[in-house]
Amino acid sequence: MDILISKYNYCVALILFLMGCYGIIVKTNLFKKVIALSIVQASIMLFYISIAVKTNGGIPIVSKDLSTPIDPALYANPLPHVLMLTAIVVGVGTVGMGLAIIQRIYAEFGSVDGPEVISAMEQSEL
Amino acid sequence: MKVIAFIICSALAALFLIATGDLPDWGSAESPANSYLSPYYLTNALNDTKTPNVVTAVLADYRGLDTMLETTVVLIAGFAVLLLMGSRIGEPKTVVKREMDILKVLAGGDQIGLIVRITSQLLIPFIVVFALYVLTHGHYSPGGGFQAGVILGAVFILYSFSNGVQSARLAFSQRLQVICAIVGILVYSGVGLTCTLLGGTFLDYSALAAITNLDSAYSRSLAILLVECGVTLTVMAVMFLIFSSLVGQHSPLNNKN
Repeated sequence: MDILISKYNYCVALILFLMGCYGIIVKTNLFKKVIALSIVQASIMLFYISIAVKTNGGIPIVSKDLSTPIDPALYANPLPHVLMLTAIVVGVGTVGMGLAIIQRIYAEFGSVDGPEVISAMEQSEL
Repeated sequence: MKVIAFIICSALAALFLIATGDLPDWGSAESPANSYLSPYYLTNALNDTKTPNVVTAVLADYRGLDTMLETTVVLIAGFAVLLLMGSRIGEPKTVVKREMDILKVLAGGDQIGLIVRITSQLLIPFIVVFALYVLTHGHYSPGGGFQAGVILGAVFILYSFSNGVQSARLAFSQRLQVICAIVGILVYSGVGLTCTLLGGTFLDYSALAAITNLDSAYSRSLAILLVECGVTLTVMAVMFLIFSSLVGQHSPLNNKN
């Protein structure tokens, strides 16, 4: 119970991650599988960003006033922000590629349902 | 299948919940992630690079090689979509005109789409100016190359939704998309190679001080802007490349007959 209160950020990421995992395993529609993968990705981003948070910390843009030394405790950790910034754009690219593959599968086998595609593939091999 | 998936997910949940006990508290400033490297970035970025936005400084300077390769991943994803959906680089424009345009049908054809068209024509210049602001002001406020690239890509997608994807392709052809994407990477790696030629290591922007007549911190700030421009070009081109390939001629949406 203590974990749920003081570390609820990890619990939210965990719930999203498991929702995505369940979707990847159970759903046979390929589009829904891609959506589930995106949910897993979103949970990882949430996890990283929540690590960067500091109590009393603002956005990581330092004040140009050089009279006082910069106190790192007053700014959020910039490193997870950088990692997720690139990960989001790469994620758009990979989701786009997944959709392209699904479109090719539909054009070839006339279905976006996993088992139907596999049986269509077996028939075309015979 | 559902039972097996539920068991796997419950087992994962139990494992993660046990592991969560060892993770640092929410908002803790002393957690491992917040205590070794990131204080160095926060205290030294302004002196080293004259860039108050530490995220931009870390993205383009301290972790420049990482960002260059991430941009290359975006480029490769764009090329993969191009190969999967069929390239149309060499085709004459008359062929482009004949195909059915799914977006134009969705927008209501020539008559009903009028309001959408006029509104987006009014909006697009302001969105472009905002994207350029996000790019050039990325040193001082939230923003940078990736964000500006995505906004510019969204401009072309908005134009495709209001005027049809073919008119958008006439303005920004597939050949131009591929050239833009490659030029972006070449700008980025060119800045890095220039540093090598001037005697520094790859992507060590302080070596650029020899040709910019600025001190090393300001030349790093300038080089950050240059590489962000390269990132913007690549991301913009790849965003529209993926979108226009997915709704284009070879898409099953347009071949329903």
